[in-house]
Amino acid sequence: MNSPRTPGLAASRLDTTTLVDNFSDLHAPLDPHEAAVAADRCYFCHDAPCVTACPTDIDIPLFIRQISTGQPEASARTILEQNILGGMCARVCPTETLCEEACVRMTAEHKPVEIGRLQRYATDAVMRANSHPFTRAAETGKTVAVVGAGPAGLACAHRLAMHGHTVSLFDAKPKPGGLNEYGIAAYKSTEDFAAREVDWLMQIGGITLHTGRKLGEDFTLNELQTDFDAVFLGIGLGAVNALTCDGNDKGGVADAVSFIEDLRQAADLSKLTIGRDVVVIGGGMTAVDAAVQAKLLGAENVTISYRRTQAEMPASRYEQDLATAKGVRILSETMPKAIHGNGTATEIELEYTTSENGKLKGTGETLRLRADQVFRAIGQTFAAFDGPDLDHGKIAVTGAGRTSAKGVWAGGDCTKGEDLTVVAVADGRDAAEDIHATLMGTAQ
Amino acid sequence: MADLTTDFIGIKSPNPFWLASAPPTDKEYNVRRAFEAGWGGVVWKTLGAEGPPVVNVNGPRYGAIYGADRRLMGLNNIELITDRPLETNLEEMARVKADYPDRALIASIMVPCDEASWKAILPRVMETGADGIELNFGCPHGMAERGMGSAVGQVPEYIEMVTRWCKQYYDRPVIVKLTPNITDIRGPAQAAKNGGADAVSLINTINSITSVDLDLFAPEPTIDGKGTHGGYCGPAVKPIALNMVAEIARDPNTHGLPISGIGGVTTWRDAAEFMVMGAGNVQVCTAAMTYGFKIVEEMKRGLSQWMDEKGYTSTSEFIGKGVPNVTDWQYLNLNYVTKARISQDDCIKCGRCFAACEDTSHQAIWMHEDRTFEVNDAECVACNLCVDVCPVENCITMEELAPGVVDPRTGREVSAEPGNWTQHPNNPSAQAAE
Ligand SMILES: Cc1cc2nc3c(=O)[nH]c(=O)nc-3n(C[C@H](O)[C@H](O)[C@H](O)COP(=O)(O)OP(=O)(O)OC[C@H]3O[C@@H](n4cnc5c(N)ncnc54)[C@H](O)[C@@H]3O)c2cc1C
Ligand SMILES: Cc1cc2nc3c(=O)[nH]c(=O)nc-3n(C[C@H](O)[C@H](O)[C@H](O)COP(=O)(O)O)c2cc1C
Ligand code: SF4
Repeated sequence: MNSPRTPGLAASRLDTTTLVDNFSDLHAPLDPHEAAVAADRCYFCHDAPCVTACPTDIDIPLFIRQISTGQPEASARTILEQNILGGMCARVCPTETLCEEACVRMTAEHKPVEIGRLQRYATDAVMRANSHPFTRAAETGKTVAVVGAGPAGLACAHRLAMHGHTVSLFDAKPKPGGLNEYGIAAYKSTEDFAAREVDWLMQIGGITLHTGRKLGEDFTLNELQTDFDAVFLGIGLGAVNALTCDGNDKGGVADAVSFIEDLRQAADLSKLTIGRDVVVIGGGMTAVDAAVQAKLLGAENVTISYRRTQAEMPASRYEQDLATAKGVRILSETMPKAIHGNGTATEIELEYTTSENGKLKGTGETLRLRADQVFRAIGQTFAAFDGPDLDHGKIAVTGAGRTSAKGVWAGGDCTKGEDLTVVAVADGRDAAEDIHATLMGTAQ
Repeated sequence: MADLTTDFIGIKSPNPFWLASAPPTDKEYNVRRAFEAGWGGVVWKTLGAEGPPVVNVNGPRYGAIYGADRRLMGLNNIELITDRPLETNLEEMARVKADYPDRALIASIMVPCDEASWKAILPRVMETGADGIELNFGCPHGMAERGMGSAVGQVPEYIEMVTRWCKQYYDRPVIVKLTPNITDIRGPAQAAKNGGADAVSLINTINSITSVDLDLFAPEPTIDGKGTHGGYCGPAVKPIALNMVAEIARDPNTHGLPISGIGGVTTWRDAAEFMVMGAGNVQVCTAAMTYGFKIVEEMKRGLSQWMDEKGYTSTSEFIGKGVPNVTDWQYLNLNYVTKARISQDDCIKCGRCFAACEDTSHQAIWMHEDRTFEVNDAECVACNLCVDVCPVENCITMEELAPGVVDPRTGREVSAEPGNWTQHPNNPSAQAAE
């Protein structure tokens, strides 16, 4: 067996038990008594600020009260009515910047009601029972193509199916789920939750899933516009920002999202190779996830290099603390200058930065870190294609996701707004309501 | 440390905390451990007449009401009096009293409502050296069906009659324990006094069904598919008990009749409140059953600390001190005007005051655009509901309007002179103030 100190890229740096433990639930599920105590802390606020803070407007005080009164399944229904991926959101939402940040208990005592964990408690009850609380309305005879089976597409497809429309759901990948399946950190979506949630969601009926079918290659938008009554695009961000520094093409340099995707799809984590010295370039959630998971796989030294100050990192303070607690070093105000090594990376050269009138520039001072693996996590971008008009590089939308193309809606990461699972769900749901109203002739 | 020694109707105990007649005082083993833990006295689990003892159910005998985190707020029981032979209890009582002469040991008794039964048991109790007796006229279940317990306590004539027998055949103090399952507690208290009782103790438990099993469609505790009403006790009953104690203490006919306060006493504060309302000491059951004998330590230390802070050196200095302040509604000062004040610094913006006032009170709280909350004095009737629902202590307070200030709600100046309903112009039978 290898160890964290084995040089270069190596698999099995940690024993299987440690690996399994490292990638188990970040937050253990609440047991019924813990849930009752946690739920009791909710004040049942008037016009609750947490609801306003939730992009899907879940009636949080109500679902928590339903937990208090001993009905987690009824509570889950309250959640799922607004957010059909309430189970995943309970696991991945940065609640510290959403509902829990708005909780009045933050003002009172800096300890919010544990809304995320309570949401998981409720939705787990439904998942465990494998009961689907919604039924499909009578068929309308209308057909809708939904492209992209990520959170946006899934939420849209479910809501459309519920209203009785017939949905064809296309995705380029072999599995549905989008980043829930391929991107979210492994310790947030354990026990194949993403796949189980999709299976559960499909119980509504009326949705036919077509995987391995890519818009632009296997079919065109025009064909969809002709063959279906409406089209929804939830195709996420297909491209990553390029890193422009010397040695960027050396072995051991990769996109963080690919690393995470490999990790998420690995049947056996002990077969996955990881460097001894890993450097992640970036400062967002992806950078943190890549760094933390590299550490959990057994890398000896993991460093996040971020070009601005730590306070400016897009990753929340909570995520930053998670990273440092797991032993990741955050090196702010540094940017990559060159990656050295004979064919494969052995070192990274970073330059310190400073900001002048908001403009970032190098100070000339550099430092070198050992690096046998470098992950780029400097942002994803929309992979433009011949389709509707764009705005700031993403699909331009007005209202509930209406694009410039006739009968085409869009939502999620491929449109403006925060790139979060919960935002994608809200977009998909709202577009579905607008599509429904349009198809049934009730739209304003 | 203040001295907690208490003299209750001539019975001395090192502190005013007695264990009430109940499972904690059911036998020698318990009582010895209670005394070791520091309890000032015990009222032994109620004795029955000579002969085969009563039997208890063999299924569950308690029902419970919980607060957050399963805090026990109320307990209900269907237990009967002692199910051990009279002889055994008497022997144990004698042994314990001999070993703990400084502690109070009271025998609780419940025998059929005839003179012979009482005449038979009293000399036996006398022999144990117990400091006094307590007549159980309170159990609301089981024994009441057999014409004892609350069946006696609900008929003032029986109370008086039995008390008289006891005073006749027993020459130590007699305490009459009252049932709250009546319409006016003053009647039974008066009857006890008429019968010559040295004191009353109250309350016994309240008739209740704590909950219903929604699968069995039966009350809990459920015995083979059926349940019966039980006696309610614990923190939830304290307000009811406090009022009954105060009623007896302030009624001119019973004023001065010593009272042993019982019902929901859980902390030193509860005890102090009962004593301020006129109780000479307190008895505790549910709190001990919930937390064990050790809680008496908190009660003793707490009461002593409070007495030190107030400068009291003896419990007699504050017993009954609040009784003159308990009055009838009609004598409350209607010219005392307050308004709710919300501290913006302390407010956490939960909006509960708004929901409460807007939906269920007087629409006197504004919720502003920026989610700040403010009281509209022109509508505030000073009901205090916002204070009660606010989760932050002292965030909302009631501010007194000074005499001369105009109350924007009524448009009238606040009067410096008190004025109550008996003098109010809206009262058809008002007498003009002299
Ligand atoms: C590493 C990482 C970690 C993240 N962690 C979090 C987190 O913890 N919490 C959080 O809230 N958010 C997180 N996010 C963001 C979140 O995953 C996204 O905001 C969310 O998945 C967006 O959903 P979507 O449906 O718009 O897009 P996606 O999830 O990207 O789904 C798009 C789908 O469309 C398919 N597709 C793309 N192009 C085509 C095409 N041409 N034809 C057919 N199908 C196509 C893709 O295969 C994919 O299945 C993370 C993102 C990354 C990259
Ligand atoms: C402030 C207040 C005022 C009440 N006034 C009346 C009343 O005027 N008439 C009445 O029949 N009950 C009155 N009640 C009793 C309630 O109707 C109800 O019976 C009681 O509160 C018990 O129910 P609850 O505890 O479930 O709310 C009042 C209760 C409250 C709290
Ligand atoms: S005291 Fe009563 S009336 Fe006044 S603001 Fe508070 S809830 Fe409203």
